[in-house]
Amino acid sequence: MSRLGECVSRSILAGFYVGLMLFLAASGRGLAAEPYKIGAVFSITGGASFLGEPEKKTAEMIRDEINKQGGINGHPIELIMLDDETDPTKANLAVKKLVKEVPVIIGPSTSGTSLAVVGVAEEANVPLISCAASHKIVTPIESRKWIFKVAGSDSHVVGKMFEHMKKQGIQKIGIMTVSDGFGASGREELLRLAPENGITVVADERYGPQDTDLSAQLTKIRTSQPQAIVNWSTGPTQILAVKNWRDLGMDSIPLYQSHGFGNRKNIQLAGKGAEGVRLPLARVNIGPLLADDHPQKKVIMEYTKAYEAQFKEPVSSFGGHAWDSMHLAMAALKAVGPDAAKIRDFLENTKGFVGQHGTFNFSAQDHNGLSKEDLEMVVVKDGDWALAK
Amino acid sequence: MDSFSLGSALLQYTVSGLTIGVIYALVAIGYNIIYNVTEIINFAQGEFVMLGGLFAVFFAQSLHLPIFLAFVAAIGLTGLTGFAMERLVIRRARSSTVLSLIIITIAVSILLKGTAMFWWGKNPYSLPPFSSGRPFIVLGAAIQRQAVWIFAVSAIVVVCLTLFFRRSAYGKAMLASADNPSAARMVGIPVRQMVLLSFTLSAAIGAAAGVSITPISLMEYDRGALLGLKGFGAAVLGGLGQFFGALVAGIVLGLAESFCAGYLSSGYKDAVALVILLLALFFKPEGLFGSREAAKLKRF
Amino acid sequence: MTRKDWRIFLLTALLIAAFPWMVQPVKAVSHYVDVMVFAGIFALVCLGVTMLMGYAGQVSMAQAAFFGIGAYTSAILTGRFALDPWLAMPAGASLAALVAWVVGIPALRLKGHYLAMATLGFGVIVHIILNEEVEWTGGPSGMADLPGLHVLGWKLSTELAWYYFVWGTVFLALLFCFHVLHSRVGRALRAIHEEESAAEAMGVPTARYKVQVFVLSAVLAAVAGSLYTHFVTCLNPSSFNLMWSIRFILMVMVGGMQSLWGALLGTVLMTFVGNEWLHVFAEFEILVYGAILLVVALFLPKGLVSLFTRKPIVHNA
Repeated sequence: MSRLGECVSRSILAGFYVGLMLFLAASGRGLAAEPYKIGAVFSITGGASFLGEPEKKTAEMIRDEINKQGGINGHPIELIMLDDETDPTKANLAVKKLVKEVPVIIGPSTSGTSLAVVGVAEEANVPLISCAASHKIVTPIESRKWIFKVAGSDSHVVGKMFEHMKKQGIQKIGIMTVSDGFGASGREELLRLAPENGITVVADERYGPQDTDLSAQLTKIRTSQPQAIVNWSTGPTQILAVKNWRDLGMDSIPLYQSHGFGNRKNIQLAGKGAEGVRLPLARVNIGPLLADDHPQKKVIMEYTKAYEAQFKEPVSSFGGHAWDSMHLAMAALKAVGPDAAKIRDFLENTKGFVGQHGTFNFSAQDHNGLSKEDLEMVVVKDGDWALAK
Repeated sequence: MDSFSLGSALLQYTVSGLTIGVIYALVAIGYNIIYNVTEIINFAQGEFVMLGGLFAVFFAQSLHLPIFLAFVAAIGLTGLTGFAMERLVIRRARSSTVLSLIIITIAVSILLKGTAMFWWGKNPYSLPPFSSGRPFIVLGAAIQRQAVWIFAVSAIVVVCLTLFFRRSAYGKAMLASADNPSAARMVGIPVRQMVLLSFTLSAAIGAAAGVSITPISLMEYDRGALLGLKGFGAAVLGGLGQFFGALVAGIVLGLAESFCAGYLSSGYKDAVALVILLLALFFKPEGLFGSREAAKLKRF
Repeated sequence: MTRKDWRIFLLTALLIAAFPWMVQPVKAVSHYVDVMVFAGIFALVCLGVTMLMGYAGQVSMAQAAFFGIGAYTSAILTGRFALDPWLAMPAGASLAALVAWVVGIPALRLKGHYLAMATLGFGVIVHIILNEEVEWTGGPSGMADLPGLHVLGWKLSTELAWYYFVWGTVFLALLFCFHVLHSRVGRALRAIHEEESAAEAMGVPTARYKVQVFVLSAVLAAVAGSLYTHFVTCLNPSSFNLMWSIRFILMVMVGGMQSLWGALLGTVLMTFVGNEWLHVFAEFEILVYGAILLVVALFLPKGLVSLFTRKPIVHNA
């Protein structure tokens, strides 16, 4: 064989070998790819378990779905989920544990537990996507570089509510709020935003999250003759508010609830009494009511169908938060890989992300990315939601 | 415009205060029955209320029993729970110190609550009222039909208990074993059975309160603790062991809460009820209706 | 302290000092140092509970309230008025002492269940105030972004630094408690626990001593609260509710309230049980927790320390 021929055949062989190695290396990485870890802290038990439960179910459902499809860029997702039992101390411990293991954390579920962990994530330089509402979670932005949240702020909800009231010519309202983080934050925003919307708060009542009767509060509100009542709570007290409002014969005064009422179970529990109750609601709850060309229609209907088929219960806002945070984290992992700093930058520059709770437009100043336009005003009609006029 | 006078408001506060007050009283009576026989404060008392409500939901909604049958069945089943609690746990701990008995009852309450969480999940449940219809309107104040039922149930419980302790041999024997267990044993009273009976009875009374209040306020697995706490407050305010005292004290606490929410501050309504309780304890340490001598003799 | 106590003291101190070096290399348990910081903070509260309950025989369901008074005083003074944490901490302790004194004088005349109810009522009132005074305490949403702690100009920035600082404080408090127990006050306390009316007849000013030990327990809880504030750097009233008062009592009872060592053992154990070990049971956690309590109360009524001693530990002066 000629020298040249030998040289050619050798290089062909070498090329073959190199190619084979590359192929093996690539497929090898595909086969045994390191899983991408996502940390999650939810209030699966304890006082806010009604938030944590659907959040947990949603996050696990998405994980299974993605892993079945082959993961993110070939990397399966490993979800490390911890329960904070609605206890700020335990949430703090859980996040301290997670920051050592994962490049991104979703949760916690409540404002109280979220505020208890933002410092930890900030210090450890691990991005955290909270599922709770309080604006304090992402402000002041200077000390919240690593913190994001996917739940709309209470100011959006109150803004939407007041907008509707103005259309109805309502100027005097009585408010009743539950004395926990959720109610306190709502009360703050109601009192803060009322004057600039030309609304007077004529009664301001509070009650405990486990109170069994609200007729005293409602009666006191009645004596100040408001044109509408706003109740701001979660859990059973919002059903009590509806029941007592009916029983006391106060149904001539319209009742507005917070977005916390946004779960079909609440309509079932309150029965016929809930007819006519008004509330601002994220679109995730009312997928079927949306116009077909609405940008969120597709993602919401897909999630709604999958969730309701798997868990035999209606979707809720809370599961929607988990969907949004989970998909944001996955989008970041897909784009930049498991690098905490890059994930943070990716999240901050995310625009036009269509999620369950709206179209997110994050920026260096706004780590929430939602506005009051991401809510719809709905009314309970025939035991279901209907768009309010 | 809604026309509603200040007088109607006063009446409304009174009605809601009385309604919740008699519930506190029923819980307090449950504490007293066990305390009288054993000197144990049963911190699981609130869980009996919760269980009563949720059992009734189970019977009425899953088994579709009529509400009155569900009421009776729920009371029976909760009574059985109390029976089991005594047989399986308390009986083994009779020689323990009072403090470890407290821990034991707290542990049982955690177990009951945990079991309820598994069985029913974490959502609240509702029950139809015992009789349907619009509330009665009296001078502008609304009285829910279920509130009337709550009064009726409490009245029946109080009358039956009075008859039981005054007239029946069992009742008298229970009081005797409370007074002086060794003397009671000597005259042939089976003190152990009396303890068993006291737990069963007290669970059943707690359940009656639970079933009656569920149509008004819903019920979920972790509601027991707060109702138990308020009931304990009423029991202490009335003087531990005093049935009449518990009734009055429960109503006083209920009214105090309601008036405070109506006229002072709704945020501080629980605090006001507690301040009343503290003042009463500081100035009359044995409770409103307790006797000072008896309080001194009680161990722990 | 008896010779035996000194021996236990040194052994425990060694164990505590070595603990981080044992767990940190193992990844699965490296965060145990964190858990131990909380355990140390709770241990301060529980030392007070033991003094009050185990030695003086007085029940208090208000320790979480004193814990909260310390925590919130520190938080408000440092967070809103930019006061130095080292000035805020004694302020919190003094406030707790004052409140304990005012409440203790009438409350400690009560006995048994009545005392339990009175302290419980007081505790719940403090919790309601923390919830309602929004302008000061931030209400139910609590306060965030509170400052950390500097020791001798050196910022406690790592878990390890906090660990040694907190446990150092615990051992100082422990020494102080032993000192108290071996003084006249300690003897009087035991007399009160044994038979109060007899002690009184012998001329022991029982009421004064009871209030004093109540104040001591409040101060310990308040200092623990201040540490908690600067460690977690955010507060929320739910960490100071009745459930926590009960948890502190449970920690002490599980360990064995007849001994200060029992308090330490119980606190560390229950903190791990509550925060760590039961997570594997997920939803069943609450049941396992209840079962553990039940078993301990039924079969080890004198707590876990009774496993190590044949007869109850008596601290003779």
